[in-house]
Amino acid sequence: MAHAAALDHEDVMQPPRDCEPGAGVYNAKLGMWVFLGSEIMFFTALIGAYIILRVAHPSSFKAPGEVLAVSITAVNTFLLICSSVTMVKAFASVQDGNLAGLRKWLIATVIIGASFVGIQAYEYQQLIAKGFVPSEGLYGSTFYTMTGFHGFHVTVGVICLIFVTLRAFQGRYTAKDHRGVEVVGLYWHFVDLVWIILFTIVYLI
Amino acid sequence: MEDTKHTHPNYVGVFIALGVLTGLELFVAFLPWSQLTRVIILLVLAVWKAVMVGLYYMHLRYEPKRLRWLAVAPLPLAVIMVYVVTREYRW
Repeated sequence: MAHAAALDHEDVMQPPRDCEPGAGVYNAKLGMWVFLGSEIMFFTALIGAYIILRVAHPSSFKAPGEVLAVSITAVNTFLLICSSVTMVKAFASVQDGNLAGLRKWLIATVIIGASFVGIQAYEYQQLIAKGFVPSEGLYGSTFYTMTGFHGFHVTVGVICLIFVTLRAFQGRYTAKDHRGVEVVGLYWHFVDLVWIILFTIVYLI
Repeated sequence: MEDTKHTHPNYVGVFIALGVLTGLELFVAFLPWSQLTRVIILLVLAVWKAVMVGLYYMHLRYEPKRLRWLAVAPLPLAVIMVYVVTREYRW
């Protein structure tokens, strides 16, 4: 009874007090990491399905370079790696209070990211011209599903980066508060990380 | 923001390492070795690159331990998901 009475006077539904540090990061960053956790499951489902189908039906799939243009995709992979380093340089610049550097590196990231999407569109055009279409059996459907969803993620990333770049030009980010740069940067690096795995599994194995 | 007063990692060094590992992947992919050998080497290289991006570009190396646990928490779940689908598939 005494315990119940004590609870009546303590509003346990209030926000956490100082003794509850949570994950030790600000909310937007924690939210992005939780979202990226769900993205890991999403891409694992796609990659897992691809591996199972490929092992079960090896004759439906082609050897590396037989249908897919590995050279074009290798250039695209290098571009995405470049965009990751420009993104992290933007983040380092704003951490140091170098706002001109932030803007410069963000613009570079947007241009390189958009180039990736453009080259992927060109690759699709070439493949479709050769008759390799999404309805081309297991190989076509799994290839376009995985790379298409990744391309969609890159496109969303480029749009978010344009938004962040515009805000950077408006002077919204400082050395003390650059949450938007960091959160979008996390998403961008994740997209790069997923492509590293996809490139190996889809194009090289 | 939380404390980010760490010195910047060598981002360009990581970039060069990623580029070199990508080149190595392209080289290994077309070697006349057994497929199993190539697959194992390629997967090791891909995971190595992914871990570098996670640790240095996503700064997991410098984050609080609880956030690092949150980041790797989906990985065993992903393995379980693939395993279960493998068992369910009618080979």
